[in-house]
Amino acid sequence: MQFGLSESQTILRDSAREFFAGECQMARVRRLAESDTAHDPALWAKMAEQGYTGIIFDDACGGVGLGVVELVLLMEEAGRALLPGPLFSTVALAGAVIDACASPAQKKKYLAPICHGAARATFAMLESSASWDPADVEIVARSGRLTGEKLFVPDAAVADWIVVVARDGAYVVDPKAPGVRIAPMTGMDLTRKLYAVTFADAPAEKLDRGDGLSRGLQVATAALVAEMVGGMQRTLDITVDYAKTRKQFGKPIGSFQAVQHMCADMYLETESARSAAYYAAWALQDDAPDATEAVSIAKLYASDACRAVGNRGIQIHGGMGFTWENDLHLYYRRAKSSETTLGDATFHRERLARLVIVAAPGT
Amino acid sequence: MDLNLSVEELRFRDELRAWLATHVPENWEHRHDESVDAHFAFLKQWQRTLYDGGWAGISWPTAYGGRGASLMQQVIFWQELALADAPPMANVLGLGLVGPTIIAFGTDAQKARYLRTILSAEEIWCQGFSEPNAGSDLAGLQTEARLEGDSYVVNGQKVWTSYGWAADWCELVVRTDPSAPKHKGLTVLLVDMKTPGVEVRPLKQMTGETEFNEVFFRDVRVPIENVVGKVNQGWDVAIGTLMHERGTFGAGLQITYRRNMDRLIELSREVRRGGRPAALDPVIRQKLAQCYAEVAIMRANQMRAFSRISATGVPGPEGSIQKIFWSELNQRLQQIAQELLGPYGQLEAGDGRAIDRGAWSYGYLRARGNTIEAGTSEIQRNIIGHFVLGLPRSY
Repeated sequence: MQFGLSESQTILRDSAREFFAGECQMARVRRLAESDTAHDPALWAKMAEQGYTGIIFDDACGGVGLGVVELVLLMEEAGRALLPGPLFSTVALAGAVIDACASPAQKKKYLAPICHGAARATFAMLESSASWDPADVEIVARSGRLTGEKLFVPDAAVADWIVVVARDGAYVVDPKAPGVRIAPMTGMDLTRKLYAVTFADAPAEKLDRGDGLSRGLQVATAALVAEMVGGMQRTLDITVDYAKTRKQFGKPIGSFQAVQHMCADMYLETESARSAAYYAAWALQDDAPDATEAVSIAKLYASDACRAVGNRGIQIHGGMGFTWENDLHLYYRRAKSSETTLGDATFHRERLARLVIVAAPGT
Repeated sequence: MDLNLSVEELRFRDELRAWLATHVPENWEHRHDESVDAHFAFLKQWQRTLYDGGWAGISWPTAYGGRGASLMQQVIFWQELALADAPPMANVLGLGLVGPTIIAFGTDAQKARYLRTILSAEEIWCQGFSEPNAGSDLAGLQTEARLEGDSYVVNGQKVWTSYGWAADWCELVVRTDPSAPKHKGLTVLLVDMKTPGVEVRPLKQMTGETEFNEVFFRDVRVPIENVVGKVNQGWDVAIGTLMHERGTFGAGLQITYRRNMDRLIELSREVRRGGRPAALDPVIRQKLAQCYAEVAIMRANQMRAFSRISATGVPGPEGSIQKIFWSELNQRLQQIAQELLGPYGQLEAGDGRAIDRGAWSYGYLRARGNTIEAGTSEIQRNIIGHFVLGLPRSY
């Protein structure tokens, strides 16, 4: 048994960290945050060149063919850099769902351009009920056409395809097709833009295997947790640096136990969320019997922990932490958005309860 | 990253599992009703059985009679013991702390004299570290030892001495140079608890048990050959001992928690709330699921920490969070048990209506000690702040 990273996993993580440190500095993040879409085509091309856009997809589609653990390591680094734009939506969300639901021909059609950096995709599930339970999806496909509204769709304005969850499975829609309208929603996270997408008898291609949706969403959830862990780690690092240099009463504030203990709790939560994310990734990759459990455990823990870490980070910064100029609020905004994406802690606790305690009445 | 057991690890586990299946005493939990002495004799006998089977001193080198198991094998060992519901070993401190300290710092004569009887539980050990005025600030201890001829003469008082009432020997930290800075003048002595002048008084704790003691030393003579390590360099020896405290024997703990969690889930299906099983109550479900998740994360944290030590030989930063995590988690778990059981939760062993023979009322009270024993939560957070995150010392 070895829960540590292999040599090649370590290399992947280190090179991703270096890549984002060079290509995704905070000045660029802020510039993209102020743009309409937060998407940077030049940065996207470089990520495709690194193989990031095809990291988990088969070589047959032009992908790198790595596993969920590698995806998680990449997303952790992306989260640390607060990478703006559609990498998560394209690869970990829509891509993972296509990968789990598509026929070989569909995979080639949709995943190959993603691997090559030529296309981006996103995923539309939530409706006005804002429920992540697939049973609450109401949109119905009639003879290959969709009518209805999806909300909170990330990066839809820069997507070449939208994977839409309907009552009878997952469909792919071309957002340029007639009947598709995309309107921005003004979300808290400036680096991952949200949209409302309406479909009026829009043409859609059904993905071959609707039963793959749950697997796809689990991979996406593990990747999102890892991204949250990266954000938590960066929040902790920024905060510890500040606590070492900021002086009051003639001493660094980090020498006061009230501050030190908050930092220790941030550390405990970050490391624990990381353990949970890695375990979930491995369990998915290995098809372990507790994989579904492990994903919910990781998401419920990280959803609460990323908020708690952000709270403490801002508190320790005092007035500086409350300013627009300080970077912490950018992470804090992302943390809140990620907390609810794919189900918050309450949602996943109930999901876990259904797995390990007993089904709820009427289910 | 591969969380499956390797072929060798599986072989080790299977051999151990087969041995445990034929050797673990059955229904031993009920022996708690026996007198303390009879129960302890039973635990000594169990350790003797392990010793005869070649399983005592799992982490000790084979040269000193141990099993010489790899770190992962040790982890498997503690997990399998927990899974098999095996009794604890009588000489916990001897095996886990004192023995490894003698192996690391002791003379050949000391190794020959003490190690075998630690393994066989023929001699039980305690640790004389904490004092009334030296708890978290251990280096402030005041028990003094003066050299007189070929003996040290010890005077002072120790407290929170686990197994003091049962111990034949004590690893004692004393001050041998009162003029030196507080970390510099300490020495570690091996003290025969039957020496005249040693007095053990039980300390009754809030659970009603007496797990630990006060130990008084009045002109206790300890031969000079019982010094472990160098005179006045006892701090290094003591810290070496405490480093073992984190060891692998916590690996069984997540199994115990998981078992308690499973039992709570079972109880939630029996206990009724608002005319239906508590397991269907949305609030109870949320709380149980949160706790279940945290037990799973404790396991994942442990596996990461052990994997790191196994691969690099040094504990990684994950190690420092274990103590806080398990101690605070147990308090939350016990509180959820109380919420679930309602008024029944308070019933103690002996009351005919008590659930699980009072295990939950006991567990609730006992858990308060978890965030104090083996380094308080506050000290653990100081350690993370200073040693892991590099923040300036706060004291």
